[in-house]
Amino acid sequence: MTAITVTGLTVGLTGTDTTIIEDVSLELGSSEVMGIVGESGSGKSTLALALLGYARAGGEIRAGSVDIEGTDLLSLDAAGLRAARRGLVSYVAQDPATALNPSMRLRTQLLEAIDGSRDRAMARIREVLEAVGLPADDAFLKRRASELSGGQQQRIAIAMAVVAQPRLIVLDEPTTGLDVSTQMKVLELVKRLCAEYRIAAIYVTHDLAVVAEVADRVTVMYGGQVVETGTTASVLQAPAHPYTRALLQALPSTQDRHMLVPIPGRAPSIGDRPPGCVFAARCAFATDACRSAVPPLEPVGDGLVRCIRHVEIGQRPPATVSVAPVGDFEDRPDSVLRVSDLRASYGHVEVLHGIDLDVRTGECLAIVGESGSGKSTLSRCLIGLHTEWEGELLLDGESLARSAAKRSSAARRRMQYIFQNPYGSLNPRLDVGASLAAPLRHFERPSGAEVRRRVAEALERVEIPARMAELYPSELSGGQRQRVAIARALLADPNVLICDEVTSALDVSVQASVVELLRGLLQDGLSMIFVTHNLAVVRSIADSVAVLNRGEIVEQGRVDRVLDHPKDLYTQGLLADTLDLSAA
Amino acid sequence: MTQQNDLRPATESAPRPRSRVLARFLASNQVRWGIGLVVLTTLLACFGGLLAPFSPTDPITTPYAPPGGGLLLGSDQLGRDVLSRVLAGGVSLAWMAPLSAVLSVAVGAAVGLAAAFYGGWTETILMRAMDVLLAFPGILMALMFVSVFGPSPWLLVTLVVLALIPGVARVIRGAARPICDREFVLWARSVGIPGRRMIVREVLPNITSPLLVELGVRLMWAVGILASISFIGYGIQPPTPDWGLMVSENRTGLATQPWAVLAPIVMIVLFTVGGNLIAEGGARVIARTEGK
Repeated sequence: MTAITVTGLTVGLTGTDTTIIEDVSLELGSSEVMGIVGESGSGKSTLALALLGYARAGGEIRAGSVDIEGTDLLSLDAAGLRAARRGLVSYVAQDPATALNPSMRLRTQLLEAIDGSRDRAMARIREVLEAVGLPADDAFLKRRASELSGGQQQRIAIAMAVVAQPRLIVLDEPTTGLDVSTQMKVLELVKRLCAEYRIAAIYVTHDLAVVAEVADRVTVMYGGQVVETGTTASVLQAPAHPYTRALLQALPSTQDRHMLVPIPGRAPSIGDRPPGCVFAARCAFATDACRSAVPPLEPVGDGLVRCIRHVEIGQRPPATVSVAPVGDFEDRPDSVLRVSDLRASYGHVEVLHGIDLDVRTGECLAIVGESGSGKSTLSRCLIGLHTEWEGELLLDGESLARSAAKRSSAARRRMQYIFQNPYGSLNPRLDVGASLAAPLRHFERPSGAEVRRRVAEALERVEIPARMAELYPSELSGGQRQRVAIARALLADPNVLICDEVTSALDVSVQASVVELLRGLLQDGLSMIFVTHNLAVVRSIADSVAVLNRGEIVEQGRVDRVLDHPKDLYTQGLLADTLDLSAA
Repeated sequence: MTQQNDLRPATESAPRPRSRVLARFLASNQVRWGIGLVVLTTLLACFGGLLAPFSPTDPITTPYAPPGGGLLLGSDQLGRDVLSRVLAGGVSLAWMAPLSAVLSVAVGAAVGLAAAFYGGWTETILMRAMDVLLAFPGILMALMFVSVFGPSPWLLVTLVVLALIPGVARVIRGAARPICDREFVLWARSVGIPGRRMIVREVLPNITSPLLVELGVRLMWAVGILASISFIGYGIQPPTPDWGLMVSENRTGLATQPWAVLAPIVMIVLFTVGGNLIAEGGARVIARTEGK
């Protein structure tokens, strides 16, 4: 039974011909979960908001209808739309910390989402709180959102969305900021609530593994268009569109050590979309016919695909997956970086309790942990940005001082740090060339021509055209910024790179290219400490892994041994909660 | 893994943001008006004395004569030509106010940046010192020093700068604080780039918006304080013409000859409004370019 029908939904930029999403049609049944997958710039968040009859400032809904059990949201007036958003459709935002008012008591906050008499509303709120697995007593309802954990906040946001018994919930990346175990619980909750209350859900995400876990059907978006839709099993196991195929090849797995295949080029930005198939510029199968006209959605199996060559491509065997070897460093004595009994604290609170690590030449050691495990503190102790620590840190046999300022210039040069946030790691007021020249001028003071030559060389090493040295960070994509940050680290000529969650802010296809770039650096003999919460990325790049839980290393060893046969309960739990396509 | 598609034609020929900021700055109507006003008032203040039809210090008619009879704005309390006095009376304000504003923003920004960047004891000591300065009522301090040392223009500039520094330091420290925690500054710390170079290269270019706004605001304050000091009689000494002093001298005749008071006030207002338009327009342009 179809409960929600979206037809021809088009959102454009106000005052221009530019469209952000184009002619999107969806259908879903009354307790069905539809996953919408896309990378940044695909228009998935615009679609999510348009489903509530809302367009962000600067955008406008141009055409289409969103029919929820007989009511077309887009034909309602402002008051009707507001009423529909209370009863028919609701929204769960990505970041619950900003979606909830941190100073408001939960009771007040939840009552805002429901009409009717206070007693009936309170009874309903208690029922929903129990359903989302939170306490429903008065003491809890008196608390404020700021006193809850991230997972609890997201449950409250979901409770607010279901409390008025809508027919459709739109969830926009609700688990992106959460730890894997919390994410697992939220996904289970969404599935259960939809079945229990017969609510249809649209789950927007960039993560194919999340879709595999939660959704009955999947819609893949690219460049503002639906490129493929179908049941989850058929889309993920037999993808018909080249983009879906490429996306799956770029995805790391916790099971095997794939070489990741990045998608070449970068996604078209809004207003810069080519005529013809939007994916043609990056597609390995594109022909002239693809570039001349936008392909229609054609039926394939139980779904639809927007590709004129899907039959032909479908007959090809799936691309072979090459497996990268794991380096065996365990018995090698040549340690580059040795950490012994490192204890770090913030004031009187000790957050790291006696960490011992060894990194050898050419080794990639992954440090895995959830938020609060102390993994970021550890990496900042190593680089000398966090100074409250005790213990010994040896870099090439030289004992390192606590703060970077007190270390020798050679030590600061040999160990380089790459930050998680590509948007913060480059000075927005310096062009790429100037940012890259900084380490050279600081460490070597070479001539101007020499600086330009070395900068161009470093850019080439990270696969960025040298002429981009003139651009400013705001003109680069996230992946390009991260590459520039890596190039800057390389220009200092380091032995050890400390990568702090360097891929977690990037799209899957961009993550693949950064991981492969780092793999190349490892092969050149660089050593690396790769801090992350993502076990799949660990599997694909690390040689050895240390699992950090509450400031202690609970398990350490070769990556395949630890991930195939985890001994520690915490590691086992972490693996069980990590979503993986090949396991599904 | 080639990145050939990375560089779209649009970005290849994109002008560098610096020149774009300047072009947008000059294209903004707000800035154009501001520049117009400031240039006009400054020119009048500096060279107006040459245009003055009469001597600004000699009585030529009856006190408080209304406009007319060859006197465009009438005469003041001693029968001197108001127009000539307005034209000749802006010199001191025209150099003292901008100088005080620039100096106070420079020193205040240095203090604020150092406090934000170094943190810890440096921050505590610097900011407490600023609080002490802030605790002195500016005008009272000015009166005290001027009555002891006499009304020298350099003393006045120093006093105004001292009065303005703490406010600037606080604003700039607040603006620089989040920049100092950004990753590119942490990176610079981690490779040991010297503090002063980090402040100048990494932090300072990122706080140009608040810096420009501060310049506009402090210019207005400086004009206000200097005009007040003249009004009270501790600034420029009669019979030299001065806008602030003219307001004070002629206030008793406000009802009979309002032009003697209004004309200098209009000049002060035009000057400060112009300065503010430029600073605020500039800050807006920068914010818009950054937001891109």
